[in-house]
Amino acid sequence: MISPTLIKDLEALLGAENVFTSEADCASYSYDGAVLPSKAPGLVVRPTQTEQLGDIIRLCYEAGVAITVRGAGSNLSGGTVPDTENSVVILTNSLNRILEINTEDLYAVVEPGVVTAQFAAAVEAKGLFYPPDPGSMSVSTIAGNIAENAGGLRGLKYGVTKDYVMGLEFYDYKGNLVKTGSRTVKCVTGFNLAGLMVASEGCMGVISKAILKLVPPPKASKALTAEFANVQDAGNAVAGIIAAHVLPCTLELLDQNTLKVVEADQKCGLPVNAAAMLLIEVDGHPAQVADDAARVEEVLKKCGATAVHVPGSAEEKNKLWTARRMALPALARARPTCVLEDATVPRSQIPTMLAKLDEIAKKYNLMMGTFGHAGDGNLHPTILCDKRDKEEFARVEAAVDEIFDVALKLGGTLSGEHGIGTAKAKWMEKETSKGTIDFCRRMRRACDPDGLLNANKITGI
Amino acid sequence: MSDITRLATKLMKLDDKLCGCMRCGLCQSVCPVFGATMKEADVSRGKLALLDNLAHEIIKDAEAVDEKLNRCLLCGSCQANCPSGVKILDIFMEARNLLTEYRGLNPIKKLVFRQLLTHPELFSAAMRAAAPFQGIVMRKKGAKTYDMPLMSKLIGSRHIAKLPAKSLHATYGELRTPSSCGITVLFFAGCMADKYYTSVGEACLKVLKHHGVGVVMPTDLTCCGIPALASGDRAGFVKETEKNLAVIAKELIGGGVDYILTPCGSCTATLKEWWPHYAMEFIPEDRKIIETVAAKVMDINQFLIDVLHVDQVEAPAQAHGNVTKVTFHDSCHLKKSLGVAAQPRKLIKQNPNYELVEMKEADRCCGCGGSFTLFHYDLSKKIGQRKRENIVNSGASAVASGCPACMMQLSDMLSQNEDAVQVKHPIEIYAEMLPN
Repeated sequence: MISPTLIKDLEALLGAENVFTSEADCASYSYDGAVLPSKAPGLVVRPTQTEQLGDIIRLCYEAGVAITVRGAGSNLSGGTVPDTENSVVILTNSLNRILEINTEDLYAVVEPGVVTAQFAAAVEAKGLFYPPDPGSMSVSTIAGNIAENAGGLRGLKYGVTKDYVMGLEFYDYKGNLVKTGSRTVKCVTGFNLAGLMVASEGCMGVISKAILKLVPPPKASKALTAEFANVQDAGNAVAGIIAAHVLPCTLELLDQNTLKVVEADQKCGLPVNAAAMLLIEVDGHPAQVADDAARVEEVLKKCGATAVHVPGSAEEKNKLWTARRMALPALARARPTCVLEDATVPRSQIPTMLAKLDEIAKKYNLMMGTFGHAGDGNLHPTILCDKRDKEEFARVEAAVDEIFDVALKLGGTLSGEHGIGTAKAKWMEKETSKGTIDFCRRMRRACDPDGLLNANKITGI
Repeated sequence: MSDITRLATKLMKLDDKLCGCMRCGLCQSVCPVFGATMKEADVSRGKLALLDNLAHEIIKDAEAVDEKLNRCLLCGSCQANCPSGVKILDIFMEARNLLTEYRGLNPIKKLVFRQLLTHPELFSAAMRAAAPFQGIVMRKKGAKTYDMPLMSKLIGSRHIAKLPAKSLHATYGELRTPSSCGITVLFFAGCMADKYYTSVGEACLKVLKHHGVGVVMPTDLTCCGIPALASGDRAGFVKETEKNLAVIAKELIGGGVDYILTPCGSCTATLKEWWPHYAMEFIPEDRKIIETVAAKVMDINQFLIDVLHVDQVEAPAQAHGNVTKVTFHDSCHLKKSLGVAAQPRKLIKQNPNYELVEMKEADRCCGCGGSFTLFHYDLSKKIGQRKRENIVNSGASAVASGCPACMMQLSDMLSQNEDAVQVKHPIEIYAEMLPN
């Protein structure tokens, strides 16, 4: 139960219109994009100035109220679902000003709640490029991307969110402002606390400002698609492209199940008989693009692609990318519940991983489609089911366990880009070690002595 | 069984549709209400979660959920953009009905939906009675708009156009004109073009006459039913629709009507989609008529382009005098429900005295939402203001829209900001170039 005094204090600080306590308001912040049980907080607050974050944290922490920070709530591992009813959810989506886009020094300064796609568009309008493009970017917030270390399609060549964080400001559990990093390319002033905040899922503090790296946009790009009669060949082609020292900006894979489901939904002429399809895009200087595309084509043919296609027009290219963009939606429409995983393996293990996924789907008699960022080994096995069917969902859970087992055995990781949250917390020790968990918990205690900052997430505290 | 448990049991009928929402939250990027308030309960994901919670009795405050549910324009942007293809509008309509049954219908809405809108003669009489007094109560605000301080309880501080002295059907009576092109249409003007923007109705009749299209316009058609349906008044909707079906059935006998045309995106979408959706509420004879109506009904812009091909058969005309820059606002029902977006633009381009310029976010909702604007005027204004900025920034001195309700909202927003931008229906722009 949240004390009336705390509510009164927060109303004085933020205005009553930014403090929500009703059952319906609280219930609407009880979930995120993960398939997990919901938990409503007792209180929701919406600061409109970043400076208010410090006071909110101090007041709540002193009152012993747990704190969960929320941007768009589009994350996929439970990171924004409160741990207990005695929680406050802090909304950052009204802290959404782009403070600076510096075209000379190639950086931008933003508040935490800026929407990723809106930021990317503003940067593009200034002739620069912010590459991280998570699937949720039309709604996700920058601080949410940082807290989850969000990836996207461009990871292979351009890296992920962590590669663009130059500096941060955040508030600690006492409500004090902490500054780390700078507007300079190089900065070794003290600990790399920004690195600690990346992927911290709201466990270490609350981000109030970010300095982000920008890059010049590529001048040209070219797309290719290739069809394969078996996934082994597709996997070899992925490894072959990298081995030929070409780094495509996008290297995506759709397996046969996904191709079939997308084609049924979209009727865009996909090769439903192919075992797998690769979608590749190279970008950079026009001369290099032509050269890289030729090399990619050569590798694809050498690796046994049954068809290689270069879209002639922008319209045709767009149609092909629609197929990739529609992969998740089309799968999601097939059944009521869509469990989207992001187990990631070293690139060379993709063919093995795909074969194993097929086995797992058969073993548990589940409908599964796999697509994803083959170039960086980040696959999205997607299980289609109905969570209301308890027997079926038990099979889903067993299959997910096995997927993680396989990924780890192949030298991979539990999560490439969705985070751990509570969804994968039980697996943490298996991938790391008891020592790692203990170390993380001691570190967390130092930053959160009362265990109020998203305590159940990642390792627990 | 307690009332709330009974409500929850009824809501569980929606469970199959509700559980399709995977909580991705992508509706946030297109929802006009969320864009204005940034509150999760204002976006579809939030509303679907609340309904799900209510159905599973995780929460109990049905009144609060109903209030949240009503903060929605039913513009369908979320559904058009939903990765999982959740039938959001079906869910919201059904849920509004169940919650209205649970709470009882607002008495003002009851009077309007059950009495005024089902009795066209009463509605017209009320409008006729109001028209002569306008001079006393209306203060001139823009070139063609006024506010009505004495009526502020009902219409807020809206700037509205002058009510016409006579409705369209009062001017024309029961209209039956012969066809010289072989096509005869039943003209369903809709309340707005019949009683408020009569110039839109006039323009339609002029254009149809010019092309030799035979017109049937009965005098006793009533409201299409969408205001009642959106307010959860299923009974009012059925009552209105039964009246309409009786009138339309008479005209359909003998197969003389090829199309049913309306100049209103909302009316068209209602006849085409919502009537069949609720067909099971009607007797079998009426269901057959509903099926025929749904097959024949068409937006008038679409008719002129897709059926008469006026853009292909008419020789390009020469401009005379100044060319007016016009921008086009896509009404939600027209574009997102009916997929009509290219046709009104083509129609506007037929008139060489206008130059079509696109605004940013042309298909973002204007914030009217029918009765939404009456009950949530502040929110409606906030959403409308964004549309107004986009219109003004396009540099156009006129804005066209294929839905009279949007026209009313755009006109109010522009007038409140003292912008000298005219508001027109594409059919008016097209009609201007035709000889009288």
